[in-house]
Amino acid sequence: MNNISAKLLEAKNEPLWYFNKNSLIIIGIIVLGLFLFPFTSPSKFAIHLMMMIFMHAVMAQSWNVLAGFSGQISLGHAIFFGIGAYACAYFYVKFHITPWIGILIGIGISGFVAMLIGIPILRLKGHYFAIATLLIGISFQVVFQRWPEVGSSSGLWIPINRESPWSSMQFHKSKVAYYYISLLFFIVTFFLVWLLNRSKLGYRLRAIRDQSDAASSLGIHVSKYKIIAFIISAMIMAPIGSIYAQYVLIVDPNNAFNVDISILVLLIAVMGGVGNIWGPIIGAAILIPISEFSRIYFGGTGHSIDLVVYGVLIIIICIFKPSGIVSLIPRSFREREKAK
Amino acid sequence: MGLIYALIAAGLSLIFGLMEIVNFAHGDHLMISMFSAFWLWALFGLDPIFSIPITILIMAAIGVLTHYFIIRKILNSTMLVQICATFGLAVTIRALAQLFFTPDFRTIKNPLIQGKFEILGIFIGKPQLYASLVCLVAFVLLYLFVTKTETGTALQATSQDRQAAEILGIPSNKMFALGWAIGLSCVAVAGSMLSNFYYVFPDVGVNFSLFAFVAVALGGFGSITGSLIAGIIIGVVESVGGLVIDPSFKLLYVFAVYLFVVIVRPQGIFGRY
Repeated sequence: MNNISAKLLEAKNEPLWYFNKNSLIIIGIIVLGLFLFPFTSPSKFAIHLMMMIFMHAVMAQSWNVLAGFSGQISLGHAIFFGIGAYACAYFYVKFHITPWIGILIGIGISGFVAMLIGIPILRLKGHYFAIATLLIGISFQVVFQRWPEVGSSSGLWIPINRESPWSSMQFHKSKVAYYYISLLFFIVTFFLVWLLNRSKLGYRLRAIRDQSDAASSLGIHVSKYKIIAFIISAMIMAPIGSIYAQYVLIVDPNNAFNVDISILVLLIAVMGGVGNIWGPIIGAAILIPISEFSRIYFGGTGHSIDLVVYGVLIIIICIFKPSGIVSLIPRSFREREKAK
Repeated sequence: MGLIYALIAAGLSLIFGLMEIVNFAHGDHLMISMFSAFWLWALFGLDPIFSIPITILIMAAIGVLTHYFIIRKILNSTMLVQICATFGLAVTIRALAQLFFTPDFRTIKNPLIQGKFEILGIFIGKPQLYASLVCLVAFVLLYLFVTKTETGTALQATSQDRQAAEILGIPSNKMFALGWAIGLSCVAVAGSMLSNFYYVFPDVGVNFSLFAFVAVALGGFGSITGSLIAGIIIGVVESVGGLVIDPSFKLLYVFAVYLFVVIVRPQGIFGRY
C-alpha cells in the first residue's frame, strides 16, 4: 500500500526525461555501431541474423509490455503478428496501398482487435486468461484458413514489383534495407517502451501488476489500464508482422498465426527477464542465434533441435533464475541509469 | 470421444486441484503415452489393450520424475514461471519426439479391436466404443480411489489445505508426486485407447490438450466429476456443431463454449474457486 503510493509519488516528481551521461554514451555507441554495421560488408547471413534478433526483440518487448507491466500472461500474441502481416499484404494485393501505409493500417486494426478481445477476457485472471488467449490465437488461425477473401489456407502472395522498390517496400538486391527498417522499429519501440516505463502510465500499470486491489483503491481504473496495456502491446507487435510479410513476400495462416510465435515470444521475454525493458533484447540476442545456427549445423531436422535447446533452457531458467538473465548482470550496472 | 477428453481433463484437473499448476505439457504427455503404446505394439507386438498397464507404469514414472525435477522447484514461484516451466517442458518433449520419432504419422495396424457396430442404422466404430468404455471404467476407478481410499482422501485433504494436511501428518510432497503419477496414468489410459484408432505423431497432443483445458475450465479446476461432464459436453458440442454447421470450424465451437463459460461463470460448472 505504502509502496504504491510512494511509487506514484515518485512518478509525479520524476521528470520524464532523465538521462545519465554514461549510459547515454554507451547506448549511443551501440546504436551508432548498429547503424554502421552493414558498411562493414558482413555476409548476408549476418544481416539476416541481426534482423531476426531485432524483430524478435520487438515482439518479445510487445509481450513484455503486457506481462511485465500489467501481469497478464498472453499465449496468443501471434494474433497481432498475423494481423499486421495480413493487413499489410491484403491492402497491397487488393488495393495497391503501399506497405508503408499498410503498416499503419495494421497497427490500427491490431489495436482495435486488441480492444475487442481485451474487454471481455482481461477480466479473467491468471490461467484462465492465458488459456483464453491461447484458444483465441488458434481460432484466428482457423478462421483465416477458411476465409476465401484472404486466400484461405494458401494465404496471400505479394506480387514482386521491380520498378519501385521504395513504394512497394521490396528490396530484392540486398537485405540491408530490411535491416534498416527493422532496426528503426527496434529503436523506436525501445525508446517508446522506455518512455512508457517512466511515465505515469507505466507506474500505474506496475501498481496494478503488483497489487491490483490496492491500486484500484487508490483510484486507478484497473480494467481500463489493462486494456490500454493490451492495446499498446498489440500495436507494437503488428508492424513486425508487416515487415516479416514484406521480407518473405508470402502470408499464410499457418505461419502468420503460428502458435510457435506466441510461445517463442514468451520464451525470449522470460529468458531475458520479464518486466525489464532490456530483458527482451538479451533474450533475443541469445535465443535467435542458437536457433539460426542449429538450423545451419543440423540441417533440416535441426528445426526440432533448436526447440529442444529452447525448452531445456527455459526450464533451467525457471528453476534457477526466475527473474531472467538480466538479473545476472551486476546490479550496479543496471542501476547506473537511475543512480543520479 | 467425449469420454476420452474427460479422462485427459481429469488428469489435468487433479494436478491443478492439488497444486494450482496448469500442466501445459499435458497434451505432450498424452503423445508420449500414445507413442509408448505404439512402440510396444511395433517392437513387441503387444496390442494397446494389453499394454495399458505398462503404459500406465511408464507414465506414472514420468509424472513422478517431472514432479521431482521440475515442479517441486517451482511450486512457490509466480504463476508466470510455472506456466513457462510447463510450457518449456511441452516444447522439449514435442521437439524430442520430432527428433527421435520423426514427424511421420503412424498407425497401429490390425489392432485386436476393430470393425464397427450398427445400431439402428448408425455406425459406431468398435475402437471408439471400447475406448469410451475403458475410459469410463478408468474414471470410476479414479473416482473411487479419490473418494473412498485413505490415500485418496489424503490427496483431497492436501488439495484443500496444504498446511492443515501437513499438520495432520500427510506429506504434501509425496501427495504431489502421487497426484502427478495418477494424473499421467489417466493420460496413459486415454492415450493407449486413442492409439487404437487415431494417428500417432509428435503434434498429436496439441488439440487434445486444448480440449482438456476447455474441459477443465468448464468443469471447474480441481473437480473430477466436473471434468467428466465437461468432457462429454465438449464431445457433444464438437460433433453436433460439426454436423449441423460446418465441420471445419469444430475447434471454434468448443472455444466459444469456453469463452462463454469463463466469462459468465468463471469458476466453471462445479468449480470451487
